[in-house]
Amino acid sequence: MKTIELQPNTNSLEVVGHLKFGRKRRGFIPRGLTFLAVLIILLMLAVIIGNIVIGGIGTISWEFLTHPPEQGMEAGGVFPAIFGTVALVILMVIAVIPIGVFTAIYLQEYTSPKSRITRLIRIAINNLAGVPSIVFGLFGLGFFIAFVGGGLDLLFYPEEGPVWGQPAIIWASLTLALLTLPVVIISTEEALRMIPRELREASYALGGTKLQTIWRIIIPQATPGILTGSILAVSRGAGEVAPIMFTGAAYYLPYLPTKLNDQFMELGYHVYVMATQSPDIEATKPLLYGTVLVLLLLTFSLNSVAILIRSRMRRSRVSAQ
Amino acid sequence: MEQLIFKPKSRWREFFGEKLISVNAFVALIAILLIFVFIFKEAIPIFVDDYVKEDASLDKMVFKQQYYEGREAKWSWQPNSEVPKFSLWPLFIGTLKASLVAMLFAVPLGVGAAIYCSEFASRRIREIIKPAIEMLAAIPSVVLGFFALMVLATALQNTLGLTFRLNAINAGIALGLAVIPIVFTVAEDAMTSVPHSLRDAATALGANPWQVSLTTVLPAAIPGISAGVVLGFGRAVGETMIVLMASGNAAIVSASFLDSVRTFSATIAAELAEVVFGDTHYHVLFMIGSLLFVFTFLINLGGDIVLTRLKERLQGKAT
Repeated sequence: MKTIELQPNTNSLEVVGHLKFGRKRRGFIPRGLTFLAVLIILLMLAVIIGNIVIGGIGTISWEFLTHPPEQGMEAGGVFPAIFGTVALVILMVIAVIPIGVFTAIYLQEYTSPKSRITRLIRIAINNLAGVPSIVFGLFGLGFFIAFVGGGLDLLFYPEEGPVWGQPAIIWASLTLALLTLPVVIISTEEALRMIPRELREASYALGGTKLQTIWRIIIPQATPGILTGSILAVSRGAGEVAPIMFTGAAYYLPYLPTKLNDQFMELGYHVYVMATQSPDIEATKPLLYGTVLVLLLLTFSLNSVAILIRSRMRRSRVSAQ
Repeated sequence: MEQLIFKPKSRWREFFGEKLISVNAFVALIAILLIFVFIFKEAIPIFVDDYVKEDASLDKMVFKQQYYEGREAKWSWQPNSEVPKFSLWPLFIGTLKASLVAMLFAVPLGVGAAIYCSEFASRRIREIIKPAIEMLAAIPSVVLGFFALMVLATALQNTLGLTFRLNAINAGIALGLAVIPIVFTVAEDAMTSVPHSLRDAATALGANPWQVSLTTVLPAAIPGISAGVVLGFGRAVGETMIVLMASGNAAIVSASFLDSVRTFSATIAAELAEVVFGDTHYHVLFMIGSLLFVFTFLINLGGDIVLTRLKERLQGKAT
């Protein structure tokens, strides 16, 4: 017990003073370095967005948004690409929402989180989220086009050329649906977890069956979460190019897709084509920047809406409890 | 409240409703299995089909080959030449170079920002950083590729005086921009899930805030941070559009990061459209796809296990 000195000694004050001094100095360098990392990231984000906005804002006009490309993509607009992107994500959403929502409901409402089957499905979801998008493209080609489409042709159209067994908007949207499935599941699950148990119990107490509870209590309550997931999925799907390169996107089409087995133009793919295949990049540049800006505005606005809904949902839950 | 008075429903409806829900739940699982089957199915001929093996047997893909009499043996990826050459080595080197640059760029920034966000930032600053990172994550990769191709490449060439506009550095930096959000999110999540009792204990023992971070929070979160780095690496290897647009796509075996590179993913994207269905080249591309799939699958599985264990440990027996 030698260390305890009860003498009224000014030394102790000095020690405290030294420690305080040391505290400030020792904290300064790591704080500064990590803050620098934040600054660099923010700066790069600002440079990218600033560059695209400045480069593209002059191009965007009503003409640009409503006219097809002309003169080998050196003039005209991007309407077919916008139309194709919208059609693509609508088909994708129709496929992905029911599957994603039902999966989340199954994981949250029907099974215990510890069960082996839940773990297996969860591992599958996590891995699906990590599969490179180009592999989805390969899969879309090998499974949807060659296997499913080719199979349909063999069964129903043995005489004609390929009807379904060729790149088409339906195959591209189904491929994207698989890619965005984890987004919808995770977002819906978060919403389901926030629903208080009392609501479910009240429903059972009133004689509701499990299915009635899910259909009339759980799903309406989880709607903001489902909406968030869908919007994030749309934003992700609208920006992906690699999965649709071989499953349905076309360089240039003189007509708009009207049937499920038509090919289509798409904004992201249009950017890629214009940036890499153009014979005269300087002539295409303004249109290219305009297209990138349209794509960026589309994904950013979708994301902000999703973030807004999600933060509102979280806040309202917190205040309700 | 009238709506909430339930009419008794028949039992079969309940039964089929539940079946419908559970069938949908297996779609993700089935999808993973189908991806596995359909990618590998097209890669199998490389091991069994004699015609395919003639040009693309395993040793031809891995070892140096002497393609012409009197010339030295080399690794070469020229699938469309008269003598098709399918050496995977140049693509492997290219993938490695681009992802290495991406990681060198993204890990310090991502982890640094995560440390700042979880340890030092005030609530208000955090609410600026997090949406900003979400915005970065929301930028489509084709837009990052476009930026690297049109702006970054020129800027790098002018400042560093490079011979090639499109090279591993250029592609790697753009790739890093796509990796930062992953590293940041996973690392930040790991650090914030370190329980407060641990911080309090360290503070009670006399540690100042930075010492708490350095000696307590960081060591506890290290598995999570490294999982973030590994997951980021998986993303870098699998990312396609950025490298396709920004790397120059020349399959060269060299040690220089200023040369053009061709990665596995970009090779698939660039060549699959013009390949003959069922040709040797077609099977080789699917074989590359299988490699990518297996690699990312293992990385994600590993990351998943590490993160689950970490969370369990931090929430359970952390004291």
